[in-house]
Amino acid sequence: MLLKKEHQEFRERIRAFVEKVIAPGAAKIDVEQRFPTEYLKPMADEGLMGMVVPEEYGGSQVDTISYSIAVEELSRVCGSTGITIAAHNSLGCFPIYKFGTDEQRKKYLPRGTSGGELLAFGLTEPEAGSDAGATKTTAVKKDDHWLLNGTKCFITSASHAYASVNTARTSDAPGVHGISSFIMEKDWEGYEVGKKENKMGLRGSDTAFLHFTDVKVPLENQLGNEGEGFKQFMITLDGGRISIGAMALGLAQGAYECALKYAGATKGTNGKPVGTTQGIQFKLADMATEIEAARHLVYGASEMKDAGVKFSQQSAMAKLYASEVGHRACYEAIQILGEVGLLTGSHPAERMLRDVKLCEIGEGTSEVQRIVIAREVLKPYMAK
Amino acid sequence: MDFKLSEDDLMLQETAADLAAKRIKPNAEKWDEEGGLPQEMINELAELGYFGMLLPEEFGGLALTTVSYNCAMEELAKACAGLMVMLSVHNSLCCEVIYCFASDELKQKYLPDMAAGKIIGAYCLTEPNAGTDIAGIKTSAVKKADKYILNGTKTFVTNGGLASVFIVFAATRPEGGREGLSCFAVPKDTPGISVGAKEKKMGLKASDTREVSFTDVEVPADHMIGNEGDGFKTAVIILNNGRIGIAFQSIGIAQAALEEAISYSKERHQFGQPIANFQAIQFKLAQMATKIDAGRLLALRAASMKDAGENVAQESSMAKLFCAQISNYVVNEALQIHGGYGYMKEYPVERYFRDARACEIYEGTSEAQMMVISRQLLKD
Repeated sequence: MLLKKEHQEFRERIRAFVEKVIAPGAAKIDVEQRFPTEYLKPMADEGLMGMVVPEEYGGSQVDTISYSIAVEELSRVCGSTGITIAAHNSLGCFPIYKFGTDEQRKKYLPRGTSGGELLAFGLTEPEAGSDAGATKTTAVKKDDHWLLNGTKCFITSASHAYASVNTARTSDAPGVHGISSFIMEKDWEGYEVGKKENKMGLRGSDTAFLHFTDVKVPLENQLGNEGEGFKQFMITLDGGRISIGAMALGLAQGAYECALKYAGATKGTNGKPVGTTQGIQFKLADMATEIEAARHLVYGASEMKDAGVKFSQQSAMAKLYASEVGHRACYEAIQILGEVGLLTGSHPAERMLRDVKLCEIGEGTSEVQRIVIAREVLKPYMAK
Repeated sequence: MDFKLSEDDLMLQETAADLAAKRIKPNAEKWDEEGGLPQEMINELAELGYFGMLLPEEFGGLALTTVSYNCAMEELAKACAGLMVMLSVHNSLCCEVIYCFASDELKQKYLPDMAAGKIIGAYCLTEPNAGTDIAGIKTSAVKKADKYILNGTKTFVTNGGLASVFIVFAATRPEGGREGLSCFAVPKDTPGISVGAKEKKMGLKASDTREVSFTDVEVPADHMIGNEGDGFKTAVIILNNGRIGIAFQSIGIAQAALEEAISYSKERHQFGQPIANFQAIQFKLAQMATKIDAGRLLALRAASMKDAGENVAQESSMAKLFCAQISNYVVNEALQIHGGYGYMKEYPVERYFRDARACEIYEGTSEAQMMVISRQLLKD
């Protein structure tokens, strides 16, 4: 698709950085299941950690297409780094910037936006996944603080983030109205990080439980008003979904390029490159077409977000479609490579298939995206 | 038309299911993580006869029909696909190629020990530049007096590190294409054989996959399996067995994933009810089960035609193609039903997802199956 010159240049700059700093270790951090803390400072210096926050809070704010391009380019070589950056910006920084007071922004954002440290977001719980409104974590008000108790699961960057935004039930108000959110620091008493999850993919990203036992949270660390937690995270996830779409898009692109190289360079049964056979050509044609369509959806949702119009449906569509396209592209890339495609660390497609599967699950499964989309499209037609 | 399995089939299926539930499934996650099978498990399988399932009793085998054998193998694949493929390569490729094509002397020399699991076989066909293209095999076998001298490299050799005998396909006539290939039984202790490190793979990690290279390996001429130049024909006939086996492996993995998905969807509550109450989940389960049934029937048809002595080139390829595809569909949906938990190694669907991926690739990619099927369709 035709991009504005500024976006083309932005992509070139990020790609150069990614090829130099991120690409060389991508296979290794997956095999070693190691979180690469050494990437954080260079990524902060490149402006990748404050993309949704203005300069006054240490940010390097860019428009949402540029942000999507950055996540896409990171994921094109390393899904683990893609999700670390997507979660940090969209889920860590964004709610503090969007819903926080000036004091909260000043206190918590700069370390993350420019200091090379990470922020996390605690929404999912063992019993509250797709049904995020079913949160069991409680926050009880005591004189000058809140007392938080509960467990959050599958939290990206849980063990490295210096602070996290967490949802908790602050009243017995039925359903989603009793949920509020709080900024909490890792060093506080009772804030414990569980063991690192052993995941199928994204093994160079940090995923763990957070356990809160009588954690004292100062009143001023409540984010926004009481009872607004559910609304806040719905807004946060609308943006987050664009970034997961961008991540899936990048993984699709990486696997597609891996397949193209192989198809052009490897001889098949006819003594010519396998790319000369229609069986392979048609796969590549489908991959190229679907990736391009996914890119339009992701960038389109990004544009709507910046235009200030409601974009829940478009971000859900972008995430749903891009993650399924990403899955197919990685799957077919392995198919084109054949048996060598199954070896870990040999070609990136194998790692990327394991990585991209998360895009159909995290920040709302594909089923949840379909619920969101169906609700929006049916709304005007539904008999009361 | 009778869709019922025989008493024998059911008995074998039940015996294998029992072993799988008690000894295999509880350890499968560990073997996946560790990347191999413990010797004691191999010994146990050997004692129970799992290394001689297809061989006749005169060689110490169980003389199972293709249908019975595969009913048992599906159960093993359901518990641990990596363990199943170790047995599948040994039984349906290595034992069968010797039994069907080798001299009486070679049969006597190898089959009793193979049936007893004292000798495990590995099938060395694929090369770095000859995967789908079997005729492109570069490993050479040059005749010198009463020996052949083998040189070349084989990749993705299942059982590479466990095998005591390698079934090697090599070109006895260089540039001879398909007609220039021959097949040999090569004892592992022959000088000049070098077995590489265990490959790190996406799935089937309990199976042992390695590169095996041959440098001036002297093989007695009487270790040729079948006639000189018959290698391609031999490989293709034997691969029909393998394809039926992978079809059942695909079904085993899919069945395991379906069962996990059913039980998870009944236990997991969201929005105040089990997620099995939601139509989105119900329809997924319905599709999964329907596809598994269709695949199993295709695989059973190929197996029973083989038992009837019919040519199963097309049917085994169709079974393998379809079952491998639907297996990947099913494991994906099962993982999806598990949500975030499905992505974690604590839940077996994570392993099923990785294990199923190879089914569309090894023993002939889906594209290779489509080449076989379309060739049959178009030949007249």
